[in-house]
Amino acid sequence: SSRRSSFPDEVLERVLSLLKSHRDRSSVSLVCKDWYNAERWSRTHVFIGNCYSVSPEIVARRFPKIRSVTLKGKPRFSDFNLVPENWGADIHAWLVVFAAKYPFLEELRLKRMAISDESLEFLAVSFPNFKALSLLSCDGFSTNGLAAIATHCKNLTELDIQENGIDDKGGSWLSCFPESFTSLEVLNFANLSSDINFDALERLVGRCKSMRVLKLNRSVSLEQLQRLLVNAPQLAELGTGSFSEELTFRQYVELESALSNCKNMHTLSGLWDAKGIYLPALYPVCTHLTFLNLSYAALRSDELAKLLAHCPRLKRLWVLDTVEDKGLEAVGLNCPLLEELRVFPADPFDEEIIHGVTEAGFVAVSFGCPGLHYVLYFCRQMTNAAVATIVQNCPDFTHFRLCIMNPGQPDYITNEPMDEAFGAVVKTCTKLQRLSVSGLLTDLTFEYIGRYAKNLETLSVAFAGSSDWGMQCVMGGCSKLRKLEIRDCPFGNAALLSGLEKYESMRSLWMSACNVTMNGCRLLAREMPRLNVEVMKEDGSDDSQADKVYVYRSIAGPRRDAPPSVLTL
Amino acid sequence: MSPLLLGVEEEGQSRVSSPSVECISQNGLGIREWNYLGLSDFCSVDSSGVPDDNGNNLNLKATELRLGLPGSQSPERETEHCFLNSGKLDEKTLFPLLPSKDGICSSSQKSVVTGNKRGFSEVKGTIYTEKKWMGHGAVPDSQSLQPVSHGKYSVAQASVKKDGPANLIQEQPCTSNGTKVNRTDISNNSSAPTANRAQVVGWPPIRSFRTKTLTTSSKNNDEVDGKPGPGTLFVKVSMDGAPYLRKVDLRMYSTYQELSSALEKMFSCFTLGQCGAHGTPGKESLSESKLKDLLHGSEYVLTYEDKDGDWMLVGDVPWEMFIETCRRLKIMKSADAIGLGK
Repeated sequence: SSRRSSFPDEVLERVLSLLKSHRDRSSVSLVCKDWYNAERWSRTHVFIGNCYSVSPEIVARRFPKIRSVTLKGKPRFSDFNLVPENWGADIHAWLVVFAAKYPFLEELRLKRMAISDESLEFLAVSFPNFKALSLLSCDGFSTNGLAAIATHCKNLTELDIQENGIDDKGGSWLSCFPESFTSLEVLNFANLSSDINFDALERLVGRCKSMRVLKLNRSVSLEQLQRLLVNAPQLAELGTGSFSEELTFRQYVELESALSNCKNMHTLSGLWDAKGIYLPALYPVCTHLTFLNLSYAALRSDELAKLLAHCPRLKRLWVLDTVEDKGLEAVGLNCPLLEELRVFPADPFDEEIIHGVTEAGFVAVSFGCPGLHYVLYFCRQMTNAAVATIVQNCPDFTHFRLCIMNPGQPDYITNEPMDEAFGAVVKTCTKLQRLSVSGLLTDLTFEYIGRYAKNLETLSVAFAGSSDWGMQCVMGGCSKLRKLEIRDCPFGNAALLSGLEKYESMRSLWMSACNVTMNGCRLLAREMPRLNVEVMKEDGSDDSQADKVYVYRSIAGPRRDAPPSVLTL
Repeated sequence: MSPLLLGVEEEGQSRVSSPSVECISQNGLGIREWNYLGLSDFCSVDSSGVPDDNGNNLNLKATELRLGLPGSQSPERETEHCFLNSGKLDEKTLFPLLPSKDGICSSSQKSVVTGNKRGFSEVKGTIYTEKKWMGHGAVPDSQSLQPVSHGKYSVAQASVKKDGPANLIQEQPCTSNGTKVNRTDISNNSSAPTANRAQVVGWPPIRSFRTKTLTTSSKNNDEVDGKPGPGTLFVKVSMDGAPYLRKVDLRMYSTYQELSSALEKMFSCFTLGQCGAHGTPGKESLSESKLKDLLHGSEYVLTYEDKDGDWMLVGDVPWEMFIETCRRLKIMKSADAIGLGK
């Protein structure tokens, strides 16, 4: 009997085209051959979490109708300078294939990729419909590349340049947008330091009536900000420039008035060098703010408290630890709807200055914000008891990233390891997807993780554990683990090999400064041919030690663009 | 954290208030503000010719902490944070003479810092007291020196070994003295900002972009040649008796008065007795004996280290010249400030 689906293909494709989540699409594609085909023909967006897991040719062959691509490249620890500069993840080969197969490509979002100015120029001229470019934590390009984008991409709606290693050669790129160009909706150049031509910016913002996201760099003054806002009251997300020059009373009033006209604004960031006395100008906007990013504004606790009193609807808050515990108490008091909190250290490397936040601040937030589910917290002291209290107050954590900045530091009151803290986290927070641990930790922490963290997908470990057993517990227990990154831990070959069966279901494993040897890596590579096992050697280190190991699954085979310092086994 | 450990030992005090106990100066929470570093008309250090407007408050004023800026008149405090209520003894005029002896925030304090230090102070010759980071494996090794209650993992630490010149070779957990090599990753040029000590590469895990940005905004005066320009001008401020330093941006102020006010606010929590247990206003802890101590008069003066490395009293030179030359600030007891250059 015919196994043909009773759905005509076109109907099935139509239905499937409504599916957005790439995980759902992956599931759909596994149902049967018909569904696989229907899915691949209807997919318009592809997400590739590891650019080396697949080749551009394979992608193009499977998905003929892609208009939007998200690509991630280097291992996350490259953000912290643990990956050699010329490691790879260059976008160019992908662009060449896309130019041939996806001439109607509209969106490209890259994270931790290497991009040159030539690649940006190539991109700008190869895709006439190109609309959105987002670069996060990338490097290799300069403002000349941005100039090419501005010059040639007539349909650009989004230019989002975030936290990249960009060679800032000056602000003239902004003036490259033609006077006839009006389609920009998202412009984020907060990352760049050079002055831009303000008149050009003012005209650009004035004629792009659909602009909803504008994130300025530090060179834009308060007075200039006011002039921009007067012409763009429709903005939903604003990143101010420098928030500190002296204003006359009239200028202050005008600024406040311009801000109060922004009825749609829900996200505020920037506020570089914010002076407390000007923050009240923000109050009218604060009432409907849901995301406030103060991570570049060194506010004191009283300044933050005053500001937060006007932000009852806040869901996401990023701050510097200059606000101290007192400031975090104000968070707990004023922001009951808070879901995400990130506290960054203002002086992470200067040991003389050791103020900042402690466990007390975190506890205070947990009492006031029961809906908290995402936290990134840098602190210099913590206790097991505090963490237990925190997760009791906030059991819905999905992302728990705690960084006690002194490696291997115990509970400062009891002097015990922080095992029980993370034990409490994994036992209580059953929805936990991402965990970063720190402090003095024994294998017990990892026993807890393996036993309880059944939904864990991403785990980051540094300066922790006692023996191979710790990592073995994780590999054996965390069935949903996809990304594991480890540095400076006493895990060796036995630990590495305990995950033999597991790595193919994971995106990647990173182990640096552990006890893994070359032989262990060779064994892994031999046993699991569908994994790429790459070892990065450091100058002068022993030949038998595998200083940095990066293991990932791939259907593209070993990569051919690795630099000499990277060995593929 | 060893620097704190050492610093505190030098200071001779072991109990300090944690940063979280910054109770009283926060006006926003409706707690009375205490004018610890009370600036008033009565300028003490170089008091010649400075009029005292409120004659009948002379006694009180005499006990106030003032940052005596030589030759200048300390400003009236703004009402926002000034509760100079004449006639009330128990007020902000009180400032500790000898913070260490009086036992700052004695009792109560959750052994915030002590617990921390105690743990490490027991560990001799470890990386913590050395202020340097050894290679990976160093940390677990030092952990093995923890008190016996952690025997479970201390044994395992011995297995951590790593060869190579770039990494510290650890044969025995205990031999962590001697050459401690900062594990620098040669191929990875760390973009960490200048630090006073060697540090672990890529730790704490903060993106280079953020690090560079924050460094730019808080460029320590030591690194610039003192040339004023746009941007900020951060200098470190220390205070006798305070457990840690703060940083101020000199460009935020245009007069000495403004700077003084800001410093008062910043260091107010270090005053003894005000920060009671768990951060509650310690009004009742201002006992008679403390008051008596204060009446014997002693103040703090603001001093700075100039480009030549000399310590000078703040206030002599025009403000613009001051910020050009100031590299570091220190709030010293006036007794110690005798003989400082002007």
